[in-house]
Amino acid sequence: MTALLELRNVSAGYGAFRALFGVSVEVQPGEAVAILGANGVGKTTLARVATGLLAPTSGTVLVDGVDMSGTATYRFARAGVAHAPEGRSVFATLSVEDNLRLSFRQSKGRANTPAALAKAFELFPMLAARRHQIAGTLSGGQQRMLAMARVIIEEPKLLVADELSLGLAPIVVDEVYRSLRRLKESGSALLIVEQHVGHALALCDRAILLDRGTVSWSGPAREAAERVATHVFENDSGNDGDAAAAAG
Amino acid sequence: MTLATGVGADFLRALLQGTPPGTVYALVALGFVLTYKTSGVFNLAFGAQAYVSAAMYYKAHTEWGWSIIPALVLSVFVLAPAIGLTLERLVFRYLRTGTSVAKLVVTIGISLALPNIFELITNFKGVVGQTPAGIVPNGSGVFYDPFGVYPFSRDELTTIGVAVIAMLCLAALFRFTAIGLQMRAVVESPRMTELNGIRSDRVSAVSWALSSTFAGLAGVLIAPRFNTLAAPDFFNLVVVAIAAAILGRLVSLPRALAGGLGLGMVIALLGTFLPRWVDSNPWLRPFQENLTPAVPFVVLFGVLVLWPAIRRSREVSDPLSGVDPPISSLALATRSARSHLIGRVFTVGVLGTVATIVYFRADASWMFLVTQAVIMATIYLSVTMITGLAGQISLCQGTFAAIGGFGVYQLATLHGMSVLVAAPIAAVIAAAVGAVLSLPVLRLGGIWTAVATLAFAFFFDAVAIKFSWVGGGNTSLMQGTRVPRPVLGPWDFADDRAFLVLAVVVFIIVSIVVVQIRGGTIGRTLRAIRGSEVAAQSIGISPARARVVAFAVSAAIAALGGALLSIHQKNVNYGSNFSPVSSLFWLVLVVSLGARTIEGAALAGAAFSIFDPLILRGTIFGWILRSPKRVPGFFPISPKWRLILFGLGTLQFARHPEGAVEFWRGRTSRWLAARQQSAPPAPDEPTESIGVDGAVTS
Repeated sequence: MTALLELRNVSAGYGAFRALFGVSVEVQPGEAVAILGANGVGKTTLARVATGLLAPTSGTVLVDGVDMSGTATYRFARAGVAHAPEGRSVFATLSVEDNLRLSFRQSKGRANTPAALAKAFELFPMLAARRHQIAGTLSGGQQRMLAMARVIIEEPKLLVADELSLGLAPIVVDEVYRSLRRLKESGSALLIVEQHVGHALALCDRAILLDRGTVSWSGPAREAAERVATHVFENDSGNDGDAAAAAG
Repeated sequence: MTLATGVGADFLRALLQGTPPGTVYALVALGFVLTYKTSGVFNLAFGAQAYVSAAMYYKAHTEWGWSIIPALVLSVFVLAPAIGLTLERLVFRYLRTGTSVAKLVVTIGISLALPNIFELITNFKGVVGQTPAGIVPNGSGVFYDPFGVYPFSRDELTTIGVAVIAMLCLAALFRFTAIGLQMRAVVESPRMTELNGIRSDRVSAVSWALSSTFAGLAGVLIAPRFNTLAAPDFFNLVVVAIAAAILGRLVSLPRALAGGLGLGMVIALLGTFLPRWVDSNPWLRPFQENLTPAVPFVVLFGVLVLWPAIRRSREVSDPLSGVDPPISSLALATRSARSHLIGRVFTVGVLGTVATIVYFRADASWMFLVTQAVIMATIYLSVTMITGLAGQISLCQGTFAAIGGFGVYQLATLHGMSVLVAAPIAAVIAAAVGAVLSLPVLRLGGIWTAVATLAFAFFFDAVAIKFSWVGGGNTSLMQGTRVPRPVLGPWDFADDRAFLVLAVVVFIIVSIVVVQIRGGTIGRTLRAIRGSEVAAQSIGISPARARVVAFAVSAAIAALGGALLSIHQKNVNYGSNFSPVSSLFWLVLVVSLGARTIEGAALAGAAFSIFDPLILRGTIFGWILRSPKRVPGFFPISPKWRLILFGLGTLQFARHPEGAVEFWRGRTSRWLAARQQSAPPAPDEPTESIGVDGAVTS
């Protein structure tokens, strides 16, 4: 079976600065994989390479067995790879409805857009009440729910979720993870970059630990918790300076 | 329908009379809003785009004798979108993640280059003393008078109809179509749009083709309003239209339409009623003569300063800008002490040789040009001060220079003071004006500072120079604004050679002042503010105070240079030296050569005055080949190339805000360092926030 997403020996960076050094990662259809690691080890860079936001400097990125290294971001999206980026991930100047419409029009086609909109508003009544509000005026949690509504309706083959819980209230984090679980149950694969280790491992099948731009460990999620406790945090406390220097 | 005579009828007549010019403002304002909304660019080149289509239409219809429809298709529906697509592909695609200030500077460069490129290619000379034809047959000869008080020409009615239809179509585009929504999304974040599976390159190409077509349509429709066909008219019209567009917060199409119409009507009303009030209140007379042309600029300035919500409305950054690589560090920071010293010695050597040759060998015309170059370099140090150090774009440096020129004229010619005393006093006056102006203006920040200073420059141009205590009033009309050359002890500066020495001395003194300020507390404060205004404030720096000082000093330098220029030419020559458009060209020159260094300003001065005679006319090749006869046959090259080259020189501003000189120096010093195998070149340090906007480096 071909992997849904495969990174083969990928290196990437920003200008003269390199963040990833020969990383290989695979995600099978329907599988949930967690990327764990301290600040600045290249988790976000990995997520960006996986969705085509950043072209790798070497190595290949395969989606459904097709080499997509260096192609435009929109091709990744059309191939079924969705990205929920770190921080604000909605169009702040568009209304809630326009945010969803923009996305559904592309993924579902003109005819199915109204039905998809209706379904999104049914699943998230909070959004229905605010459908004409400018998305930039929503709270951080509400913006996150808007982003989740988008991907849940679209049911991408693979969702790359980058620090979804960052800066959110615990109750909202729970709701985000309920949505992710629902997505997984409907058949989407997940690649989750997370610092909330507990949440991520409860959801995921496999985990990958990154350390300073390389994969330091990968294995089943249930073994990961222990690895994280012994490996990452010990290592991290001794290498604070390196981690800070590699911020990106 | 007829109405009783009286105030009511006059009011109605004024409203109707204001409708045609109001529609023109509205049309341009709509186009401006369209561009801003679909591409995120505050497009000062809109006027240039409109001009090119109007000129193409004139050429095809009037000169080649094409009939209306093919001429219209060629100029508006072929040429205009082609220009839009070219601009998008070659320029703005690479600027999408740049700051709005960088984009603004680039559009200024394009607004200077584009008309000249067109005129060069098509050999179009511009039209003077003839009203260009409109897009309906006999448009200026047939009139309709629906209310019996004011007859509309057929051209005017066409423009009104097109403006209303265009507004409705564009509103429908944004409200009901997918592409309208996609265009707005791409403006906010091209990358996030791509994550939705949408090709943002293609969307922004459509945006530019559309807005450029609209610019072309507006250009063809408004050309009949002028009795000339020249690019500056279109630029002035854009500044008026910005006032209308800003009433709609730059995003609302109906409000831009209403703003344009309202502006036209208010001007017409003032033109109707002010003369009556003046009969009973004579003190209103100067206002009557000057207020009407100034209304748009007063509105623009007032709205910007008094309505803070406007400038906050669209300051949304791209959340995915972190994907861009960090900008490279300045050459100054990476250069070794040794190459720094070598560069210094080399520069001083070359300058000394040139100065010696010019002093002893140059004839009168070269002496004039070199002196002018030195004086312009002094003026450009004011741009170094405000743009290079404070990071603000000021488009009214010409106005400050004019204050210097007129100050000397007033004090020396009309009040008998020595010009050597008058020039510093004029500089102090300009500094005071600059300080007062900076209080409301610099608070705005970014493109709004640029637009407010542009409004001030046009206000000065339309109103202030007509006052007798500024421009000399009737005296200057009769005698011109003559300024004498000074005599100081044994030196008579009527001698051009002595004056050159004076100009060089002033330039050196001002350079030292700028270098001192750059290295001193104010300079560091300004760098801190450019790095992060919030962080600077949190350690107790007052951004307002540092910027006021920078702006006042910059105004004083410009005024000193302007005074020198007037003394040198023995006349203020406001129109050719200090008009608002000249400020734009100055900024373009300095920014493309280097806004942060003394060398950049000096080179910009040389480029202003010597580039054309030395290089474009091929003189230097005559010198090198030791005979003017051996100059290759394709010289002289058209002087338009100066505007084209330096206008396009702004394109690199987004990537290299330090300017061409610093960029190449950085290259060479890194190359030298690599060759010498001594200290390896410092790598580009990753900054904490990767991909911070291009203009904020230090």
